[in-house]
Amino acid sequence: MTKVLYFAKLREDLGCESESLALPEGVDTVASLRAHLVARGDPWASALAAGRPVRAAVNQQVAKPETPIANGDEVAFFPPVTGG
Amino acid sequence: MPTIRVQTEDFDAGVEVARIRAGRADVGAVAAFVGVCRDLNDGERVSSMTLEHYPGMTERELGRIVDEALSRWRVADATVIHRVGRFAPSDQIVLVVVAGAHRGDAFAACEFVMDYLKTRAPFWKQEATAAGSRWVEARASDDAAAERWQAPGRDGA
Repeated sequence: MTKVLYFAKLREDLGCESESLALPEGVDTVASLRAHLVARGDPWASALAAGRPVRAAVNQQVAKPETPIANGDEVAFFPPVTGG
Repeated sequence: MPTIRVQTEDFDAGVEVARIRAGRADVGAVAAFVGVCRDLNDGERVSSMTLEHYPGMTERELGRIVDEALSRWRVADATVIHRVGRFAPSDQIVLVVVAGAHRGDAFAACEFVMDYLKTRAPFWKQEATAAGSRWVEARASDDAAAERWQAPGRDGA
């Protein structure tokens, strides 16, 4: 299972802060996981749509769309950060 | 040994400056930055602000940023304290303290840590205004501030 976390506005838009899911065949990168979630339809489709400014982390490290993921990883999606 | 703290409680910059200098006669310069909650943002009055973060990643990312600063500049030590939770205007939000032998490296490392923190550390601000609450959007100027540290020669090397 892979733990997926959502933060800030994304968490609010999805009404979800975390979930566990089994990665289907072929879902092995941040980008393919995002596409898999978008395929669920709304609210995922609109909140994670291509072109929306969504950032990701894998195992608490900043990740890119092509960053590989596997079962057991912790993946997070969030808006661009605004601390400081 | 760098100090990284994420906490709801307030901090005392004077105490942290004294702490980083304690017992170190090699320190000739301490640069400190304090970020404060303002009452105005994007033309609207802000009555309060809430800061959320990604527990675990936040501390690790701040640690990575500080480690990079300590390796790029000749500085002895650094402290980063970032508060989370609810803030009123004039409340302190973030403290960065860098100690070293000379001011040039201390100033640069302090500014670098703040610029990277603003664009990499997983914090998000939500403001309460008369029109309701709104998530603060990231600024292109913050990205530009962080990117300039990637230009050759910015660390004096």
